[in-house]
Amino acid sequence: MAVMLDVQSLKKYFKNPMGTLHAVDDVSFTLEYGNTLGVVGESGCGKTTLGRTILHLLDITEGKLFFEGKDITAPTKKELAVLREDMQLIFQDPYSSLDPRKSVSEIIMEPLVIQGKLSRADIRTEVAQLMDTVGLAERFENSYPHELDGGRRQRIGIARALALKPKFIVCDEPVSALDVSIQAQIINLMLDLQEEMKLAYMFVTHDLSVVKYISNDIMVMYLGQVAEKAPSDELFENPIHPYTKALLSAIPEPDINNKKKRIIMQGELSSPIDPKPGCRFMVRCQYAAEECNEAQIIEECSPGHFVSCCRYKQINNMN
Amino acid sequence: MGDTAIKKKKKKSRFGEIWRRLAKNKAAVICLFVIIIVVLVAVLAPVIAPYPYDQMDYSAPFAGSSKEHWLGTDKVGRDIFSRILYGTGQSLQLGVIATGLAAVLGIAIGSIAGYAGGWADILIMRALDIYQSIPMFLLCVTLAAVMGPSLRNAIIAIGISAIGGPARLMRASILTVREQEYIEAAKLVNASSTRIIVRHIIPNSIAPLIVSITMGIGMNILGGAGLSFIGLGAQPPIPEWGAMVSEARSVMREHGTLALYPGICIMITVLAFNLLGDGLRDALDPRLKT
Amino acid sequence: MDALADNILEIHDLVVEYHTDDAIVHAVNNVNLNVKRGETIGLVGETGAGKTTIARSILRILQTPPAKLCSGEIIFENENLLELTEKQMRKIRGDKIAMIFQDPMTALNPIEKVGFQIAEAIGLHNEVTGIEAEERACDMLEMVGIPAYRYKEYPLNFSGGMKQRVVIAMALACNPMLLLADEPTTALDVTIQAQVLEMMQSLVEKLGTSVVMITHDLGVVADCCNSVAVVYAGEIVEYGTADHIFNHAAHPYTIGLFNSLPRLNTKERRLKPIKGLMPDPTNLPTGCKFSERCPDASDKCTETPLGNIEIAPGHIVRCSLAEVSA
Repeated sequence: MAVMLDVQSLKKYFKNPMGTLHAVDDVSFTLEYGNTLGVVGESGCGKTTLGRTILHLLDITEGKLFFEGKDITAPTKKELAVLREDMQLIFQDPYSSLDPRKSVSEIIMEPLVIQGKLSRADIRTEVAQLMDTVGLAERFENSYPHELDGGRRQRIGIARALALKPKFIVCDEPVSALDVSIQAQIINLMLDLQEEMKLAYMFVTHDLSVVKYISNDIMVMYLGQVAEKAPSDELFENPIHPYTKALLSAIPEPDINNKKKRIIMQGELSSPIDPKPGCRFMVRCQYAAEECNEAQIIEECSPGHFVSCCRYKQINNMN
Repeated sequence: MGDTAIKKKKKKSRFGEIWRRLAKNKAAVICLFVIIIVVLVAVLAPVIAPYPYDQMDYSAPFAGSSKEHWLGTDKVGRDIFSRILYGTGQSLQLGVIATGLAAVLGIAIGSIAGYAGGWADILIMRALDIYQSIPMFLLCVTLAAVMGPSLRNAIIAIGISAIGGPARLMRASILTVREQEYIEAAKLVNASSTRIIVRHIIPNSIAPLIVSITMGIGMNILGGAGLSFIGLGAQPPIPEWGAMVSEARSVMREHGTLALYPGICIMITVLAFNLLGDGLRDALDPRLKT
Repeated sequence: MDALADNILEIHDLVVEYHTDDAIVHAVNNVNLNVKRGETIGLVGETGAGKTTIARSILRILQTPPAKLCSGEIIFENENLLELTEKQMRKIRGDKIAMIFQDPMTALNPIEKVGFQIAEAIGLHNEVTGIEAEERACDMLEMVGIPAYRYKEYPLNFSGGMKQRVVIAMALACNPMLLLADEPTTALDVTIQAQVLEMMQSLVEKLGTSVVMITHDLGVVADCCNSVAVVYAGEIVEYGTADHIFNHAAHPYTIGLFNSLPRLNTKERRLKPIKGLMPDPTNLPTGCKFSERCPDASDKCTETPLGNIEIAPGHIVRCSLAEVSA
């Protein structure tokens, strides 16, 4: 498959009174047409900022962005308007991402109204079709978001994101606010839509078990940097980075018969304000050593499997 | 929230929706009714008043209630009832126009400060700080004195001096709404700044303003009464409630009712606007339980 | 065995409703639940199932109105909590029964030193001097893994995980017999959740506290509960030991819940959601509340009044289709 999105050494820094926050620090990846990249990490790891920066909701501090071969690092207003039709976002919170004073159909039609290519009547049919696509009954078209449950609200968000027929969607924790039985409905819907419309997803989440279902590749982030990146199955079967291992072991599995041995990490997440050059996971890592103070380089340890840990060979007994 | 909870709703006009919700609030409906009566009285005063407001009857100063003069007469024998009816229009103008002026200016200033942020915000807000540190009444007095005492000038003076409240409120609610994700969502579909402000930010931040504005009407009726009281508002012999209270001041002890009746009118009108403001706030918010 | 079988809390036929202007929300419908001494029982269900309402009824901290405790008994130490006066109740709250809330960010007073907040909780229920309370608060901090020298710091200096540790320290400060934990780790990151759960488990074990763990996460239940009650639309639809429920789930809802979970150790590419939504609690279906969404529902499910069937010793299922297994 051809590369659709190419992110090269993307950096996003925020200046605040305490120093410079390195929210996204030198992140690179590519995404192919119709594929899904899962971006996993805990709060403050920069996964949300990464998505927002790619969508130009935040300015890029450094790095390059290419979409369908074109450099979109610094688009003009006009270029951005065109770009937005191809790149959309599904929000985490189906409560705050929908204008409480607009009805369901108004929310879904807004992108089309702004685009201004369709007549009023065509927009109506289009909205009806979108609602059908995401499984919203027609009778909800004049309801307000607050009258609906979380699952339906998230369907509104999805319908709106699909309205402009994008090729690429950043999904920012789209199911983490939902109950499990509803979560499964929404994930299946997103899988179906991907197949039908040939969408590429960047699926941002803190929940590794969810991302497994939907991703071709998974990128684990820690405090603004990529810790590990690998094809989905490979990552679950053969995690290399000590953080990935700890993260995998921390997920409570609904299985009472084989309780796994947890790796309980010491300490808590800090925030990457004026970070030192060494490994950012070092303070919590049980394998930390002197050499971890040096800047880490991301290495390909097996085909397609990248890890950013200078001691990964020793830790995993690899040569 | 099962399937049965939501039936297909018919598309209603926004206004109809608001009205339907407002109608459920009994206090607000009564207040709306009171305000309509007050407005009707203001308009129809020349028709319904039994006497002209300036007709004096030297034979009967300070008359008590009687068949001829329902609420008695003042020190020069003018009919209090008629004067109150005529005064309604003056007081209402003071309240409504002054508040409207303050609201329009305040919303504009507050919106600019809130949405633009940065230097524009700092500049506007500091200017407002200085402006608001001048006592409102002093400002009114100065303005009214400079422009000359008249009802129109009193309205302008009160209107200008009251922009601080709505401006600050507007800015504060814009700052809150601006950070909401649906604003980001609007940007993502290429909505222009104007569209974002007009379609998303203002409708979501207007609720506290509506309350403040309706309550402001009450406040400004009082303020106008104050100005008239010191002779800078409506000019005699044109009656205005505040001016009437003022005139009654010297004889308050012997003829308390002279101040009482216009006072009651001020109170009822102010209260009606305040409660209607409360009701409107609830009716304007679709999130509240209908 | 005898000591374990001893119930510390018994809920009989609890019914709680919320009365709003135009509807009655049937939040809890005839719930029966026993909590044994020293056990951790998981109360599992989705948003709006009534889990939190049950916990709040036990402590009688529901807003009344709109809530209304219609009927039932909550027996704790041979007393019906629902019949105690507010004054008696205050003695029990925080002392014998403590509660941890979901959001550690709002559970602490932001302008009070964390240590002082714990000491205050101790002082309220014990005859201790200020210094003694302070000492015990320091001990509690150490117990939940926070160095005692942070006693004088304010909540804003603490991360979410640390705050939840402080909240747990506060809850356990008076050595309660029963701890109600309402989604204690939902707001935390997974690695922090693992730390906090581990700490909480060992602490509870050490102090011999019984715990009612309210959660939507079956993973958390598998991790730390001895028995499980599955709540659906205000009813307990399945109850039993954790072992039995995870291995022999019998209620279609429980089975559906397990199936809809994404798992790490399978190769499946599609999830199996439960169709439909939870019924409207103002308008619950007759008979089985799950019948609308149940794949096996028949006419009999909506007609017959439901009974509880004990399909195996201690494993109770509220489903007319359940069969007693050997």
